[in-house]
Amino acid sequence: MSSKDNDNGRLDLVSIRSKLETDAGKRFWRSLEEVAETEEYKRFLNSEFPYGVEKSRSGMNRRDALKLMGASAALAGLTACTKMPVEKIVPYVNAPEEFVPGKPLFYASAMPWQGVGQGVLVWSFMGRPTKIEGNNDHPGSLGRANIFMQASVLDLYDPDRSQVLIHEGRVGSWSDFLVQVDELRAAHLRNQGAGLRFLTGTVTSPTLGDQLRDLLKQFPQAQWHQYEPLARDNTREGARLAFGEYVETIYKFDQADVIVSLDADFLFTHPAGVRYANDFANKRRVTGPDSKMNRLYAVEATPTITGVQADHRLRLRPSQVEIFARSLAGALGVKVQGLGEASLPNLPSDWLPALVRDLQNHRGSSVIVAGEPQPPAVHALAHAMNAALGNVGKTVVYIDSIEISPTNQTQSFRQLVSDMGSGKVQTLIILGHNPVYTAPADIPFAENLTKVQQRIYLGLYEDETSVLCNWHVPAAHYLESWGDARAYDGTVSTIQPLIAPLYDGKSAYELLTLFQGQPGRTGHTIVHDYWQSQQKQLSPQAFEVQWESWLEKGVIDGTAFQPKQVALRKDLDVTPASSGPQSSGLEIVFIPDPTIWDGSFTNNGWLQELPKPLTKLTWDNAVMVSPATAERLNREMKTVKTQGPGMGPGTGGPWYSPGPTESSKYEVVELSFQGRKVLGPLLVVPGQADDCVVLTLGYGRQRAGRIGTDRGFNAYSIRTAENAWFGSGLEVARTNQRYELVMTQHHFVIGQPSNPREGETVSAFHRDLVRVATLEEYRQNPDFAKDSPDMTTQAQSLYPPYDYSKGYQWGMSIDLNACIGCNACIIACQAENNIAVVGKDQVGRGRPMHWIRVDTYFRGNLDNPEIYHETVPCMQCENAPCEYVCPVGATVHSPEGINEMIYNRCVGTRYCSNNCPYKVRRFNFYLFSDWNTPSLFPLRNPRVTVRSRGVMEKCTYCIQRIRYHEIYAEEEGRKLKDGEVLTACQQTCPTQAIVFGNIRDENSQVAKLKAQSRKYGLLEELNTRPRTTYLAKLWNPNPEIKES
Amino acid sequence: MAQIFHRAANTLAKATLYGIVLLIAAICIIAWEVNNSYNVYLGEHQVQPVPFSHKHHVTDDGIDCRYCHTSVETSSFAGIPPTHTCMSCHSKIWVNSPMLEPVRESYLTDQSITWVRVNELPDFVYFNHSIHIAKGIGCTTCHGPIGDMPITYRANTLYMRWCINCHKHPWRYVRPKQYVFSATYKPPPDQDALGRKLVKEYHIQSPRIITDCYTCHR
Repeated sequence: MSSKDNDNGRLDLVSIRSKLETDAGKRFWRSLEEVAETEEYKRFLNSEFPYGVEKSRSGMNRRDALKLMGASAALAGLTACTKMPVEKIVPYVNAPEEFVPGKPLFYASAMPWQGVGQGVLVWSFMGRPTKIEGNNDHPGSLGRANIFMQASVLDLYDPDRSQVLIHEGRVGSWSDFLVQVDELRAAHLRNQGAGLRFLTGTVTSPTLGDQLRDLLKQFPQAQWHQYEPLARDNTREGARLAFGEYVETIYKFDQADVIVSLDADFLFTHPAGVRYANDFANKRRVTGPDSKMNRLYAVEATPTITGVQADHRLRLRPSQVEIFARSLAGALGVKVQGLGEASLPNLPSDWLPALVRDLQNHRGSSVIVAGEPQPPAVHALAHAMNAALGNVGKTVVYIDSIEISPTNQTQSFRQLVSDMGSGKVQTLIILGHNPVYTAPADIPFAENLTKVQQRIYLGLYEDETSVLCNWHVPAAHYLESWGDARAYDGTVSTIQPLIAPLYDGKSAYELLTLFQGQPGRTGHTIVHDYWQSQQKQLSPQAFEVQWESWLEKGVIDGTAFQPKQVALRKDLDVTPASSGPQSSGLEIVFIPDPTIWDGSFTNNGWLQELPKPLTKLTWDNAVMVSPATAERLNREMKTVKTQGPGMGPGTGGPWYSPGPTESSKYEVVELSFQGRKVLGPLLVVPGQADDCVVLTLGYGRQRAGRIGTDRGFNAYSIRTAENAWFGSGLEVARTNQRYELVMTQHHFVIGQPSNPREGETVSAFHRDLVRVATLEEYRQNPDFAKDSPDMTTQAQSLYPPYDYSKGYQWGMSIDLNACIGCNACIIACQAENNIAVVGKDQVGRGRPMHWIRVDTYFRGNLDNPEIYHETVPCMQCENAPCEYVCPVGATVHSPEGINEMIYNRCVGTRYCSNNCPYKVRRFNFYLFSDWNTPSLFPLRNPRVTVRSRGVMEKCTYCIQRIRYHEIYAEEEGRKLKDGEVLTACQQTCPTQAIVFGNIRDENSQVAKLKAQSRKYGLLEELNTRPRTTYLAKLWNPNPEIKES
Repeated sequence: MAQIFHRAANTLAKATLYGIVLLIAAICIIAWEVNNSYNVYLGEHQVQPVPFSHKHHVTDDGIDCRYCHTSVETSSFAGIPPTHTCMSCHSKIWVNSPMLEPVRESYLTDQSITWVRVNELPDFVYFNHSIHIAKGIGCTTCHGPIGDMPITYRANTLYMRWCINCHKHPWRYVRPKQYVFSATYKPPPDQDALGRKLVKEYHIQSPRIITDCYTCHR
C-alpha cells in the first residue's frame, strides 16, 4: 500500500482497479503492489535477500573475516577451560509472608485508561511485576486485556522515565519542594485560592475526587480543570443535549442482534472496549448451522477494528455520517426538531430502507452507537433512535456519569488558557497528560504557560510540558501506587502497588495531599482512609477484613451504578451547530493511533513496533488517503517548496547502510489546514472514504525519550479545538521529499510458489488461506471450508510416524469469526516470552521478532474491499518441515505434539526458517534483547530464556505455562484439567478467538472446536498436519442489500 | 656427500613421534578431567561467609532439610533460609560464637548474608525441586552425602548427560517417599525391582516424555 514511484512512474491505481474488477471479487490480496505485480514486488518475493545485503558494521574485509573465523574456530575449544561463573545467593533477613521463592504471586489492580479503570491481574515474580492479565472479577475486563494494558508494564521499567525531581531545569530536592508547597498553600489560604488552578485528566477516582472537592472547599476561588486530548466531550454533550444531564451510556452487546455503528470504534477505542469486544463476539459465536449471529452495520471514514467486522460497511466522510444519521432517524420516524431534509447523494439505494426494516424487525434487540468523533447532535439522535426502537432498558442502559465532575473538557481547558493569558493564574498544578504536546493548536497553552508564576507538573516522563514548568515531580506508575478508579459501569476498581516506586515517584493522591495541608499521608493511608470514611457502619477490624477482600478481588462489590431512568427532552433540537456550506476541499480526520494512542505510549517500544491494524505500519504515522483520492491527488497536487528541515529520510539508526531500497520511500506531502501546516508521508489505504485524509495522533514528539522522540509527524499541530476530530478545507501539496515507511504487510508471505512458471501470478492466494462464507451459505453447505478431497493428500511421510495416542496432545483453534485483529495477542506474547524490540530499520529488513502475527487480507474491489484478519502463530506441525533440516537437532518433536525449539543447541543456520511454509520462525540477527539496560532486567519473565544473537526462536505454545501447571497437577496426582493451561495469547484475547488445549480429550473445548465443520488448516496439502487450525470466517449480510 | 641431517635429528624425530602420542594422550586426560570436574568445582569447598556445616546440623543435630529449605516441596527453588531462621536457634545457643558474627550482624543491620552458590545450573535449564521430591527422588541423589559435608561442596557435575541418565532410568534412583529427606538412605540390593514398582506407583512418566527437551529447556 503505497503511493510511491516505481521505475515507470507512480503505482498505477487505474490498472489495479481494473485487475481487481476482472477477478470478479473472489480474489484475496495483501497489498496494492501485489495486485499490480510490480517488478519491484516480484524482485522482492523472488530474491534470496529481499532486503538487500547489509554492509558489515565494522568495515572488515573478507580476508580479515576469514582469518578471524579460523582463529575463533581454533580458540573455541579453549572455552572449555574456563570455570563456570560463581553465582551468589542472597536470601532475605526476614522473609515476607506468603512468599515462596520461585513461585509467582498475583495481585489485582486497575489501570486508568481514558480515566476509566481497566481491571488487571499482575504477575509478580520475587516482588517484581512482569506480566499483566485481565482481572476475571472486573466487569470491564472479564479476564481479558487490550494492548495498552499488556504493554503498560514496559512503561514501568522504561529507563527514560523521569527519575529525579527537577526545579528550574536542575535537580531539585523533595524538601525544597515541600517548602515551596507550604508557601504556596499559605499564600493561597490568604487569598481564598484565587489564581490556584488544578489541571487533571478525566477523573473517576472517588478518592481523588474527594481530595479535589476538599481542596476546592479550602480554596473557594481555586478551580479544577480537566483536559485529555481524546476526552469524550461529544459523547458527554450528546447525552446532555438528549436528556438535559450528563449520563453514561452502557451498551449490552450481548443482547443486541442488530448493531449500527455511526463512526464508533466500540470494540477498541471505547473505554469499555475489552468488555464490548467480548460481548460482541459472544453474539457471533457459531457452533453449528443452527447458530445465530448478530449483524453489524458500520458507517465510518477509515477502516477501524470495529468497522472491519461489519457485515455491511459504508464508507462515508465523518461530516457525511451526520447526514446519514439524520436520514436514518427520519426513516425510523424519530420526531425531533431540526432533523433537516438533507440526504446523501451517493448512498446505495437499497441500503437505508433495508437497514430500517432490519432495525424495526429487531425492536428491543438492536442498538445504535454514535462514535466520539461525531458532534453531540448525532449522539442525541442515536439516543432518540434507541428510544424509538424500544432498546432503552434492554440493549441500552443509562447510568449516572462515572466521572467525579463531568465537564466539557475543551471548554474547561479553553477557560484555563484564557485565564492564564490574562494573568489570573498564579499557581498551576498539572497532573500528567502532557498538555503542552496535546493541546489543540488554537488554544495557546504553551505560550501562556510561562505567564503562570508557579507551574508544577507531575509526570512519568520529562516531556514537552515538564520543560516549561518550574517544578517537575516524577510520577509513580500505576503499578507503584495506591489508588482507585471507576470501571465503565461505575464499579470501583482498586489500584494497589506491586513494587515500591523505582524512582521515588509520587502519585497524584500524594501530591494533592500536600496542598490539602496533610503532608506525610501516604498513598495507602489516603485511599484506605477515604474508603473507611465511606464505611462508617463497620468497626475498624471489620473494615480491615472488607478492605483486604476488596484488594484481593480488585473491585469494590456493589459499587456498579444502577440503571437510571432518563427521558428524552421534549424540546430536543438537533439543528446542526454550523449550517454553513460545506467547503469542497478535502476533509481532515484525526483518530487516536491504534498502537501508541494519544501519545501517552509514544516511548513504549512494544507498541511502536506493533504493526498497526490493516496498514501494518510500524514506528511511524502516515497521511492516509483512499485509492481514488490518491489518484485525484496525483493528478491535481501542486508542488510546494517547504521551509525548514522537512521530514528527513526516515531511515534507521546511524550505523546502518542506506535503507532497504531507495524506491520504497514514500512521497511526503504538505497538509495545510486553517493556516497551519504539517508534513507527512502519503499512504494509500483501501477501504477508506474518498476525499478525506486521516491522521493518527501521538507522533512527532519533541521530548519523549529514546524510543519516541522525533518519530513521525505531529498531527496535534494542526488539530484545533473546533475541529478536534474532523474538518473540511484541507489542502494537500507535493513536496518532492521522500520518507521511509516501514510496513510488515509483505513480510512472511505464505505460500509463494518458489519458481513461478511463465504467466503464473505471483499471488499465491489461490491456496485459500482465508476461508469465508455467509451464514446462509454455511447453513446450506456446512462443509464449505473443507479441503477438496484431491487437495488433501493422505500421503505418508518418509519418516516414521509419531505415536500421538498417549499423554497430552496440545492443539490450538483460532476462530476467524471471533478475531477482531486488535493485536492484544501479539503484545501478550511479547511480554510473556521476553521477545525483543528490533527497531525501525530492522523491521524494514523483515526482522521483527513477534512470534504471533496478524495477517491482513483484502478481497474484492479496491475502494471498499472486505478485510480479513488472520492470526498466525507457529502451526506446531505434526510433520514439521523445519525439524528435518536442522543439522544440529535444535528443533525437535515432542511426544505431546509440540515442535520444540532448543535455544542452547541452535547454531543459527536458519535452514528451519527457510523450510517453514508458514514463515513463523524468527531469527536473532543481532543481539536484539537488551542485555545492557539494568532497568529492563526485572521486566523479563524468569521462566523463559532470554535469547542471544544467532539463535532462532518461535512460538512454543507457552511451554513454560504448560510445564508449570503440569508439575503441580502431577504433584497432586491428577491430570491437567481443560482450561487450566492458558497460553498468553489465549488468556488476553478479548473475543476468545484463540482456544488451546488437549486435542486427545474429546470433551476439551479445543477438541470440540476442531470437530466443527468450519475447521481448516493452512496449507494442509503439504501434509504438514498443523496442530493450530482455524475456523472459517462467516458474514451475516442482510439479504436485502446487494452490494459488492 | 655431507649429511643433510645432524645426528641429533634421529633422536629428535623419535622424541617428536612419541611426544605427539604422549601429547594427545595428555590432552585427552586433561580434557576428560576438565570436562568432568574442574570447571564445575566438583568436590571443591567454597569459601562461605559463615562456615556452615550440613554435617553438624543434619547428622549431629538431626534437623530436617525442610526446616531451612522450606519451599523444596512446593516450588522450583528449594529456598535458602533467611537470617531469621538461623537466629531462631542461634539467639539461644552459641550466642557469642565468633563464627556466627556475620549472622548476628545480618540480623541486626537487616543486610542479607551473601552465600556462594554451590549447586548451580545454566540459565537455560529450568530445574524444579518440588516435582522431584514428589516423585521420590531423594536429596542425596543429586546433592550427594550432604550429611557428611562439614563444608558443602558439589557432589555431582550436574551435566546434562548426568541428568539424562536418571531421566532415562528413573527406576535406578527412585526411593520410597518416606526416605526422600533421609541423608543416610542407601539403595537396597533389589533397587531395580523396587524402583520399577515405585515408578509405577508414583506415576513417573515414561523416559520418552521426561527426556523431551522441553522438560528442562524453554
